[in-house]
Amino acid sequence: MGAGHQHQLYRAGDTLVHRLPPQCKLAAVAAFALVVVATPREWLWVFCLYAALLAGAAAVARVPPGFVLRRMAVEIPFVVFAVALPFIGLGERVSLLGVSLSAEGLWSAWNILAKATLGVAASVLLAATTEPRLMLLGAQRLRLPPLLVQIAMFMLRYMDVIVDEMRRMRVARESRGFTARDVRHIPVVAKSAGALFIRSYERGERVHLAMLSRGYSGSMPVIQDLSASSRQWLVAGMLPGVALVALLGTWGLA
Amino acid sequence: MHVPDGFFNAAVSISAGAVAATGVAFCLRGARRELDDRTAPMAGLVAAFIFAVQMLNFPVAAGTSGHLLGGTLAAILVGPHTAVLCVAVVLLVQGFFFADGGLTALGVNITLMGIVAVVAGWAVFRLITKASRGRGAVVAASFVAALISVPVSAVTFALLFWVGGTAPIEVSTVAAAMGGVHVLIGIGEGLITAVTVSTVLAVRPDLVYGARGLAAPLVLRGADGEAVVTGEPRAQGAPRRIGWFLPAGVLVAALLAGIVSFYASSSPDGLERVAEDKGFSGQAADHALADQPLADYGEAGDIPVGLAGLVGVGVTLAVGGGLFFAVRRRSRGEASARDEVSA
Repeated sequence: MGAGHQHQLYRAGDTLVHRLPPQCKLAAVAAFALVVVATPREWLWVFCLYAALLAGAAAVARVPPGFVLRRMAVEIPFVVFAVALPFIGLGERVSLLGVSLSAEGLWSAWNILAKATLGVAASVLLAATTEPRLMLLGAQRLRLPPLLVQIAMFMLRYMDVIVDEMRRMRVARESRGFTARDVRHIPVVAKSAGALFIRSYERGERVHLAMLSRGYSGSMPVIQDLSASSRQWLVAGMLPGVALVALLGTWGLA
Repeated sequence: MHVPDGFFNAAVSISAGAVAATGVAFCLRGARRELDDRTAPMAGLVAAFIFAVQMLNFPVAAGTSGHLLGGTLAAILVGPHTAVLCVAVVLLVQGFFFADGGLTALGVNITLMGIVAVVAGWAVFRLITKASRGRGAVVAASFVAALISVPVSAVTFALLFWVGGTAPIEVSTVAAAMGGVHVLIGIGEGLITAVTVSTVLAVRPDLVYGARGLAAPLVLRGADGEAVVTGEPRAQGAPRRIGWFLPAGVLVAALLAGIVSFYASSSPDGLERVAEDKGFSGQAADHALADQPLADYGEAGDIPVGLAGLVGVGVTLAVGGGLFFAVRRRSRGEASARDEVSA
């Protein structure tokens, strides 16, 4: 239930990680997230290794730890839920500092916290090192339906325009002394939303006609060469690869 | 409600991903019908609009505020297929660019907030607008549809949690807590959706997909007072053949599921029984916190069962209907292709 997103995460740079083709990074992060989710929660040291892997990737990409930590705030609602788990969970109970906690609840709180944190950190790193537009082109190379990628591209381009429009309307409301405090103020907010829809839809129609008159034929031209060499795939594959080796290795020992 | 990684086990994440992919693929076909050649730009614009609208915080009660989910609003304004696509794209962008919602949980998020919320909202909206026509009905239907869509997707979350959640909590607790909070949020969502739709209806009624049949036909009057009616208002949505059959079927199935499971649950309580059989219900009584307010949610266990039945019907219809349409479309396409070859 996180509220709005004010800032994009991209952080310009020119490092090994920044230069990797987007499709390699996307596939690597998705595979890494899968490996993390598939790891049994009792293997504590494997999770430490995953965290170390991410820290290594962040160091190579020169993304400061504070940057990653601040951007991880989106996780907070679920942290609250995880903290509540030991109290409301079922099953065998253990006593800790005089408080009766569910052992099963403690384990699943750890499970959710560890996996969600690793997942969010990996996503933050991906978003910080990949330009949004390139990320979508990479997704298209990974066989995401082209229409879906197009929609996402248009969304990215319109997002700031519409959010700005909305901010101007909010400034106008507030400069007339309005703040939404009460359920009775909902109609005002909703009428703004209606006006926002009409304004942005009409603007979208104008933009579409302008695009058509400039030769838009249903797809945007891609100028960059996005092909990835096998070496780049290998570099990107190191993140999920090492994680997978650790997982399978522990499996073999256990 | 952006579910992070690690909340659901791998099996549920992957099967929800499959459901989401099927639904999105189906909607990609449908959206072309709703927006023709302008699909990509306009759907992108609506996605950006939903993204912006989700930033509108509205006060729910003293001290708490919720924000709009926007699925039902989009369905009424631009049509259900485009709405599912837009919500899916919003979630994709939030997952990849804002790290909000886990990548492995993307399927779960799209299924819950995209498919389930939009399908539930749109089904309710169509049912009401079928029964009574006119602007008032559209606005009232928007309110009810948005109000229902939010708790329905919250209860579906609880259901998924029961199937493959990683935390040991009774499903009735989760369902009651999620459902309760989201009924409140749903009221706000319903109010905003209804007023937004009525605002747009007042200014540009042609932009409201859900009110397409309502535009009055254009009447041209000549100098001699002769009136010529031009341009029949476009017929309402779906193909006529299944036009009445689909909502009626949904209604019957929903009634059956809701009422039957409600009665079933007033005797032993079906879900609790299943939970005990599976061996994960257990020590609810010897909670140290058994007299705490949260423990009371067990009492409300009856209602979520009925709701859960409704939700199950919705999900099954959505998945089954999606597959049916996809298969039928394909076979028809192949048949026409064959005809062309033979002709």
